[in-house]
Amino acid sequence: MPTDAAPRDAGRGTLPDVTSSDAALRRFLHGLPGVDAVGLEARAAALGTRSIKTSAKAYALDLAISMIDLTTLEGADTPGKVRSLCAKGASPDPGDRTAPRVAAICVYPDMAATAKRALADAGADEVKVASVATAFPAGRAALSVKLADTREAVAAGADEIDMVIDRGAFLSGRYLQVFEEIREVKQSCGDAHLKVIFENGELATYDNIRRASWLAMLAGADFIKTSTGKVAVNATPPNTLLMLEAVRDFRTSTGRQVGVKPAGGIRTAKDAIKYLVLVNETAGGDWLSPDWFRFGASSLLNDLLMQRQKLTTGRYSGPDYVTVD
Amino acid sequence: MSTPETSRGRLAVLKTYKLYVGGKFPRSESGRVYEVTDGKGQWLANAPLASRKDARDAVVAARKAFGGWSGATAYNRGQILYRIAEMLEGRREQFAAEVAAAEGLSKAKAQAATDAAIDRWVWYAGWSDKLAQVVGGANPVAGPFFNLSTPEPTGVVAVLAPQRSSLLGLVSVLAPVLVGGNTAVVVTSRDAPLPALSLAEVLATSDLPGGVVGVLSGDTAEIARPLAAHQDVNAIDLAGAEGGLAAELEAAAAENLKRVLRPTAGPADWTADPGLERMTAFLETKTVWHPVGA
Repeated sequence: MPTDAAPRDAGRGTLPDVTSSDAALRRFLHGLPGVDAVGLEARAAALGTRSIKTSAKAYALDLAISMIDLTTLEGADTPGKVRSLCAKGASPDPGDRTAPRVAAICVYPDMAATAKRALADAGADEVKVASVATAFPAGRAALSVKLADTREAVAAGADEIDMVIDRGAFLSGRYLQVFEEIREVKQSCGDAHLKVIFENGELATYDNIRRASWLAMLAGADFIKTSTGKVAVNATPPNTLLMLEAVRDFRTSTGRQVGVKPAGGIRTAKDAIKYLVLVNETAGGDWLSPDWFRFGASSLLNDLLMQRQKLTTGRYSGPDYVTVD
Repeated sequence: MSTPETSRGRLAVLKTYKLYVGGKFPRSESGRVYEVTDGKGQWLANAPLASRKDARDAVVAARKAFGGWSGATAYNRGQILYRIAEMLEGRREQFAAEVAAAEGLSKAKAQAATDAAIDRWVWYAGWSDKLAQVVGGANPVAGPFFNLSTPEPTGVVAVLAPQRSSLLGLVSVLAPVLVGGNTAVVVTSRDAPLPALSLAEVLATSDLPGGVVGVLSGDTAEIARPLAAHQDVNAIDLAGAEGGLAAELEAAAAENLKRVLRPTAGPADWTADPGLERMTAFLETKTVWHPVGA
């Protein structure tokens, strides 16, 4: 179901003209084709029925593990908890050394340095440290505070920054303000990758999610991310499918590839595999790598490991055989 | 139990028997059913033919329910188990008819078996808050310590219900598992699953938390093999394993050191006094030392 959301006259480049003014940006975003909600949900549901078994399942489980941003974002996070999470990310299944490492450890900015050190101690330098920033999860702070938050997270060693957009500004139609904010945060990131969180559950419509996707990609996001995990509705197959269509169409029109990260509510290996099917069937195989697709999750890893143990041993595993986080 | 005959021109409503998993009544994940017949080969109903994935789901539900059930007070568990007996009493006629059809018994014998099953359930319900006094205790030790032993449940128990005694046998193996605070995944008799599937309806309406009991009908060996090998099942009762199956399952159960209750040699007499054996088979004894103090 190609939607071809890209404007027909868009040449290769970054579409600079559409961000020249608030009016131009609004014209562009509102000119994106409307989302067929029924069709989108039916497509996502249909792709969720694929049966992935045996060797394909083994491949998908390992790929999903390697795509996890293992996350702890609690007020009660302690350095000890972050260190144990890093140890788990570095060797997810101590009983089976063939289990791949996760992609990143995702923490609050004040824990970034702790995570960086713990990963270095575990000899897992390839596991990135992702830090949320910009007054996560509400995003309700002055721009100067958000930029300082970002800079400090990067200085503490974060390789990736997960920022939240200002939903208040977005929903009241001040698109250029959101655009400028993302751009300034991107500049504050330096070499760190920037993931932009929309909080789909608060955007109310699929049309808004499509607009937010294009807005963030135009502003220079390296990844677009569904949600913070802090509200009732988080990543769903339809809204992730919609964002996958957006990154596909964005690459077609500008040549720049952007990653996607669903986060929140993905708890079972079965769910994760459904998302991988969405990626493969929508954006394509180019996105089937931790560089371009991530899962924001915590309990998902245990279920993937239990499924992996089942495939290896032929016996159903249980929660006694994975760590308690 | 249902018959397709009509009476006075009315078309009978046939019952769709379903599994009982996590407090809900799903069809088998596999979508399969098999024909259940009475002693003379007459069709009675279609029962779900559960797969290993249904067994897996039932174990997940039983594990989830374990904390609540084992943590409930013995008194509360006893009340709930007694409530089940009350519900059974109200459906005596239905169960007697199902048992008669399933086992080919006369009406009187089926009624007797049903009554015995209800009485057995009451008997076990009463044990709930007395078991600790009989199998636990204050142990005399040579030192200034209290030394207390208390029985604790083993965890999730896979129960292979007896093949011949469809209700009394089932109750005789299920109730003792629950009394101590274990949760159970029951594999019904293959040829006579209907009383067990109806018992699930009783369990669902007796304040028994969802997931404490899962009921799976189908091919015993097919469901029992993954359960015996399952790493998250703590014990298995092999009452319904016939022939070489019991030995095979016991070998598979050794992988994670499950407690195994072997089937009796020869045909079991379920009308006999059950004693404490089945209750204590799935208990662990916890012993604590505590200083007597000044």
